[in-house]
Amino acid sequence: MRIDRHFTYTESHMACPECDLLHLVSDIREGEQGHCIRCGALLFVRHRNSLDRALAFSLTGLSFFILANLFPLLTFEMEGQTESNRLIDGAIAFWQAGYWELGIAVFIFSVFAPLAVLLVLVTLLLPLRLGRAPLFVKLQIRLLVFLKPWAMSEIFILGIIVAFVKLQDFADVGIGLSLFAFILMVIATVMAYLTLDTRALWARLEELAV
Amino acid sequence: MNGAQQQARLTAASIEAVSCHICNLLVSDSYRRRHGNICPRCGTALHRRKPDSMSRTWALLIAAAILYVPANVYPILTVVSFGQPTTSTIIGGVIELAAGGQWVIAAVVFIASVFVPIFKILALLFLALSVQLKWQARPRARTLLYRFTEFIGRWSMIDIFMISILIALVKLQALATVTAGPGAIAFAAVVIITMFAAMTFDPRLIWDTEGMGDDGG
Repeated sequence: MRIDRHFTYTESHMACPECDLLHLVSDIREGEQGHCIRCGALLFVRHRNSLDRALAFSLTGLSFFILANLFPLLTFEMEGQTESNRLIDGAIAFWQAGYWELGIAVFIFSVFAPLAVLLVLVTLLLPLRLGRAPLFVKLQIRLLVFLKPWAMSEIFILGIIVAFVKLQDFADVGIGLSLFAFILMVIATVMAYLTLDTRALWARLEELAV
Repeated sequence: MNGAQQQARLTAASIEAVSCHICNLLVSDSYRRRHGNICPRCGTALHRRKPDSMSRTWALLIAAAILYVPANVYPILTVVSFGQPTTSTIIGGVIELAAGGQWVIAAVVFIASVFVPIFKILALLFLALSVQLKWQARPRARTLLYRFTEFIGRWSMIDIFMISILIALVKLQALATVTAGPGAIAFAAVVIITMFAAMTFDPRLIWDTEGMGDDGG
């Protein structure tokens, strides 16, 4: 591999983030992925209309996130008395029970981080679609990478399923409207991350000369 | 392998460059010396390897291993139904589900709450040890182990979310209430701390011993 030893910084080559091996960034076809030849890590992806698709998915996700917060996730009935819970109620319940650390953690993982991810995606991609440079590009992209592991909506869904099964033993449990919205929100967010091609993002930002 | 070049063993370190942790831009050391140690594309501080990777990973691993004990000894929740309290620990919850015939859910909770935390601590211990002792064997397999460990770690939060839903939903004073137990704090701490331990570990350290002693690179 030939690389100019006096380069400043370059997009023509990249180092594998997991083993540091240098790769020539070549043009791949739409729908293909580039993997590291030494350790197999995913290096880059390419999707048709990557930025538009990611924007569509994040707007969808944001709409479903709002719906997911308006109605109950589960309803619980026992001897004529009913209770229901919304998305945020888990965090509040921990807080009120004196487990404030868990309240904060559950709030961040199930409400704040998933919402922040969607908001960052929309505020990043919508201006680009309208031909304008987003306000805090660098911060937004750092946030996107930083928040990713802490948005645990998909894990929260499994938590709901386990809670549902545990309650079935001694009461009537029902599914609330928001559960569907929540599941659709998770799918939309995952699709937004999967379709977002960061190289296309940087290329578009360069066109706009930020 | 699509889009990848087939030869050579050049690494970013060997051509005196670093790769940005956030946006993966390749930046030369001479640029860093002249223009400050900040990624010109995304503004992140640049490092050749994650800073203090080994000492941070060791410290977090030891903390997680210590907290693993109270996480499993103390109860994570108490269900009071018609005045009858039942307290359960992490493993107790799995046993209850299995005893109730919910095999699939019991298996999911067992994997997420029992298997994953132990696996994660042992895998990271092994990886940290292998780097510390400069083992050269099977770097690709160890990188895969790291990638898998980093991926599964978050899934242990299932039990914490389950508890948060139960305590929010079941509060019919006389009939049934669910309260959380102190084990839940320790357990959540184990999950979060091991997530940080996986994040601070730099898998490139596995490869840094590669080629030492020959002329590659």
